[in-house]
Amino acid sequence: MAVVSASIAPSRATRAVIGVTVGLVFAVPMVSTFLYTLRDGTGYSLVNWARVFDPANSRVLAPIWTGLTNSLVLAVVTVGLVLVLLAPTMILVNLRFPGLRRLFEFLVLLPISIPAIVLVVGLAPIYLVIGRSVGTGAWTLAFAYGITVLPFAFRSIQASIDAIDLLTLTEAARSLGASWPSVIGLVLVPNLRTGLLAASLISTAVVLGEFTIASLLNRAVLQTSLLVVSKIDTYASAIFTLLSLAFAFGLLIVIGRAGRFNTGTDRP
Amino acid sequence: MTAALDLQPEGTRVELRTIRKSFGEHVVLHGLDLDIAPGEFVSLLGPSGCGKTTALRVLAGLETADSGAVLFGGRDVSAVPVNHRDIGMVFQSYSLFPHLRVLDNVAFGLRRRKVAGGLAKQRAGVALDLVGLADFADRFPHQLSGGQQQRVALARALVTEPRVLLLDEPLSALDAKVRVSLRDEIRQIQLRLGITTVFVTHDQEEALAVSDRVAVMGAGQIEQIGTPEDLYLRPATALVAEFVGLSSRVAGVAIGAKAIVFGQEVPLREPIADGPVEVYLRPENLLLVGPNEPGVDAVVAESSFLGSFRRTLVRTADDTLVRVQHPATDTVSVGDRLRVSLAKVPVLARPAQLVP
Repeated sequence: MAVVSASIAPSRATRAVIGVTVGLVFAVPMVSTFLYTLRDGTGYSLVNWARVFDPANSRVLAPIWTGLTNSLVLAVVTVGLVLVLLAPTMILVNLRFPGLRRLFEFLVLLPISIPAIVLVVGLAPIYLVIGRSVGTGAWTLAFAYGITVLPFAFRSIQASIDAIDLLTLTEAARSLGASWPSVIGLVLVPNLRTGLLAASLISTAVVLGEFTIASLLNRAVLQTSLLVVSKIDTYASAIFTLLSLAFAFGLLIVIGRAGRFNTGTDRP
Repeated sequence: MTAALDLQPEGTRVELRTIRKSFGEHVVLHGLDLDIAPGEFVSLLGPSGCGKTTALRVLAGLETADSGAVLFGGRDVSAVPVNHRDIGMVFQSYSLFPHLRVLDNVAFGLRRRKVAGGLAKQRAGVALDLVGLADFADRFPHQLSGGQQQRVALARALVTEPRVLLLDEPLSALDAKVRVSLRDEIRQIQLRLGITTVFVTHDQEEALAVSDRVAVMGAGQIEQIGTPEDLYLRPATALVAEFVGLSSRVAGVAIGAKAIVFGQEVPLREPIADGPVEVYLRPENLLLVGPNEPGVDAVVAESSFLGSFRRTLVRTADDTLVRVQHPATDTVSVGDRLRVSLAKVPVLARPAQLVP
């Protein structure tokens, strides 16, 4: 086993080359953007950063705060949809209707192959109805985002489901007298938490980075407001781009850690 | 044991009445009837796909029968969901909750029955003691061996003092030595607690070793139910004769109360119409004899050393393969020529044309 993995694993040097190349691809635009935000006309300073967080400029930057708030609310509602609708449906399909797994997988992976702009064409008339029935608040975008995050959330949760013996754990809990809510809350969720956490974080990252749907449906979110502000203050827009990227990277690191946080293995 | 695990000493009667179960077009149980006395240990034994696990799952409430009834203590529980049937179940695959320590796993069923945390843990400790794992209470399941995990699963199933203990091939994933010791342990605990137990297995040795009665299943029905001795000595059907213990099927002719096999007369266990028959011979029904004694010439095809005895497969002059059990001191090698005779013990025979 060790021999096999040693022969197919890349050598230390190859890994270093891959690491540095990938690192550069990400680092060059970010470092360039960061240097750009430090420019003050004569040299480099933190004056642009100070200005962004200066209360005196709040009027110019108001769209960004509104967009950020809307995006965070959207992230919460979208994650709620993933946890309340997608996860229980996946558990149900895996336990009761395993024959439907392939069809279900096909359906939830579909959004990844549909460009956002095509999705909007279909969603626009639906949003007319939504606008009349539940209002035009930015949070209503969560219904659309709930669809766009499906493939990512599905893969994360399914990986966790595949890692445990869902059926046996469920039947064992039932045989011990557990009701369905107890089975889900006390047995399944704790054992699927890695996948649920990863699904939540990746959904948050997707929502914070989404531009097309929000823009075409005319809702103010972080990405659309960054565009608006960039036309007034390019430095502020660059600073917020950097901050949102840092936030997304932070989320990815948490997801990576969560993946390694296997059930029980880290405890004595 | 302590009061915490004193089950109802009278046990619970368990009945399956004409249970029919199908999956789509495929009928798995054809009107299965089974009556288990309070405190009895009954094994469901049979080849893969015979419906034994489905029968157990219907008993547990994990599957719903198409028709028929499940009765616990005379009460129809067919419509009672699994979590209210008051059963304890041990599964074939490891079923401990990976995120809970051993003690919390065992206390799980008690907590669902609203037993207070402290008392639940105390009773879980007693149950762990029963299976000899009191020192492992703080471990996580992945820190235990397969045998230990199944022991914990047994403690978890017993701690709620269920009316019925259901064991779904709990030993099949374990290695041979652990399997034997755990199976004996299960039987001892069952006898001590007097709990009605249904044990599903495809391993006849396992079933014969621990059961009060064994139900041999074939194609969705019980072929025969009886004590291990009954099944071994008086198999009712060809399937039972072949599945329980080793049997060699050889051609013979029935005449009156006897059959002629290999030119020798052997008494028949049950009378049968005169004519061609197939006779079931146990390895211990056959003897190795000297060259001039009555019997049939044979050539050794294979021979296994099994401790105090050997089991040797021989091909007779008429090209029939039979197994002979003989003392290990009679050493034989593949290709040896020898002579095989029949012991004068009653044998089971079936009309030749009816044997599949």
